[in-house]
Amino acid sequence: MDIFDFSNGREGYYGEYGGVFLPEILHATIEELLGCFRECKADPKFWQDYVALLQNYSGRPTPITHLENLSTQLGGAQIYVKRDDLNHTGSHKINNVMGQGLLCQRLGKRRVIAETGAGQHGFATATMAAKFGYDCKIYMGEVDVARQRPNVFWMENLGAEVIAVEDGQKTLKDAVNACMRDWVTNMADTHYILGTACGPHPFPEMVSWFQSIIGMEAREQMLKQAGKLPDRVYACVGGGSNAMGIFQGFFDDENVELIGCEAGGQGVGSYMHSARLAYDDASVGVAQGYKTYFLQNDQGNMNETYSVAAGLDYIGVNPIFSYLWEQGKVRFEAATDNEVKEALKLTMRTEGLIPALESTHAFVTAIAEAPTMGRDEIILINQSGRGDKDIFTIADALDDAKWKSFIGGKADQYRGEER
Amino acid sequence: MGLQAYIEQRKQDKDLLVMAHVVCGYPSFEANMQALEIMADAGVDLVELQFPFSEPSADGPLFVKANEQSLKSGTTVDQCFKFMKQASERFPFKILMMGYYNTAFIMGEDVFVKRLKDAGGVGYILPDLPVEESANLHRLSEEAGIEPIILMTPTSSDKRLAQLGASSRGMVYVVARRGVTGSKTNMGDDVIALIKRCRQHTTVPLGVGFGISSKADLDVLRGSADLAIVGTAALKIWEASGASGLKIFFKDLMA
Repeated sequence: MDIFDFSNGREGYYGEYGGVFLPEILHATIEELLGCFRECKADPKFWQDYVALLQNYSGRPTPITHLENLSTQLGGAQIYVKRDDLNHTGSHKINNVMGQGLLCQRLGKRRVIAETGAGQHGFATATMAAKFGYDCKIYMGEVDVARQRPNVFWMENLGAEVIAVEDGQKTLKDAVNACMRDWVTNMADTHYILGTACGPHPFPEMVSWFQSIIGMEAREQMLKQAGKLPDRVYACVGGGSNAMGIFQGFFDDENVELIGCEAGGQGVGSYMHSARLAYDDASVGVAQGYKTYFLQNDQGNMNETYSVAAGLDYIGVNPIFSYLWEQGKVRFEAATDNEVKEALKLTMRTEGLIPALESTHAFVTAIAEAPTMGRDEIILINQSGRGDKDIFTIADALDDAKWKSFIGGKADQYRGEER
Repeated sequence: MGLQAYIEQRKQDKDLLVMAHVVCGYPSFEANMQALEIMADAGVDLVELQFPFSEPSADGPLFVKANEQSLKSGTTVDQCFKFMKQASERFPFKILMMGYYNTAFIMGEDVFVKRLKDAGGVGYILPDLPVEESANLHRLSEEAGIEPIILMTPTSSDKRLAQLGASSRGMVYVVARRGVTGSKTNMGDDVIALIKRCRQHTTVPLGVGFGISSKADLDVLRGSADLAIVGTAALKIWEASGASGLKIFFKDLMA
């Protein structure tokens, strides 16, 4: 299955989803980007350079870990985990960012901008910009800046300028709008490093292409390590880039079931979640440059979204998934905040792994389904990010009293120094 | 009378028409009505009523705030159409809907065109809807006698301008510079050259907008453009000095 073969359909469309819905002023910029991307995709040397860069800079290929303890405890399927958390900067975001960094060289642009929610994509972009020597500006909602200071700290120390966006809900979607506004002004020297497989064409295709390295590696590793392909593959879905990354390795394997796990927040009916496809609250709309399922009201204005995992807290979903979901190629489930906290504790205690809160959503669904499967069946989970960098958020989520007391002491110390 | 014919008729007495802008429901519909009265008294020829949207990514800070506040105070699409109907019955100027495509998409393109027509609107500006995606909406609009306003920009190639020109009806909105609404444009030779380029690719009247804030800007456009489009500058005045300030602003602008 080549989802990116547009020869029989409309360029940039997946079923009725995707497209380019941007102000006319960006038409030439998008054309330029599309042309450059097509050249890169057709050039084997580009992909070789990309893989070499990730090997030497980010530690690829990332391994696959068999979770023997957890599998035994659950008494069902054998659980394997793709360890994209072991990338430099702690998540799969670096794959896309390094790819777009190389592409930006071909574009001949010297300045990059990016949106970020939790800060992982901003952190990765700032890292790439430092390495490639690009000027870098990161847009981040004011609310996210306040709750993700460690990532802001790193971005700023890596030389990026971080702008706190004060519009709208002051979160990820507003950071995307701020990037669009920067881009319509500065497109001559600026490339927009969109962080997920959303937005106008060619971004969904381009980000998916860079992230496909996860699935290519994983398929080969499973055959080697487990001796066969997994029966089910689980990945969390915010925008959907890590899930697209790992799923692409198995698109042609009819017996591999693909499961996307969205942020259920406070659960069905709470309207405090970010589940576009797993729940019934989203509808098809056009915003932020593309057509897909959005969490919006009957007037077409976006609703507030919520999740304990900032990286999943977003109004729209990758248009490719809207299509694959309708086609029955990918199943969608949601995990609530409470389920995520429990799964995280279980994974830490049984396996010594600390998945990011985002990635833990995939663990929730896998852990729920594993006992219903046979012992000879195999589950693969994409651990797209690591949780130890999220210590502030996780300590909050787990309501850890000793941590709070430590932070209180730290605060007292800083206050003392100020005096 | 269609939009193009209306503009041409008004141009018999004036060398440059003026299109103004209000964001529906910001700061309130009462304030909108007051602003429209001032615009009508000053002889404004066209007004775009912006339907607020939660993701106004082509707008600058002031309009972003206006969109946000309007939605926060509960503005609905129904209210916007109702207001448009009142305004179109009351004032001599023609009215366009301005907004983002999702507003039209969600209600259905056919419903959108019908409601716009019923409310007395003569056309619409949807800056995030490219011509590639407009075929059906343009067809429905043509059947209803409503004009889709195409945007031409400084980054458009001649090939692209030809494509845009082929789809243009009623009038074309020439975007004077890169960027979002509201920042200052250095009105000079570049803008005049852009207007000339656009003129080669369409026969409909040309309105020029983005960053137009003074009579001096209008004087630069006189003789080249058919309309000057004034948006943020008027809202800025309203915020600073209310109705009395706006009166003076339009009086000076159109003197």
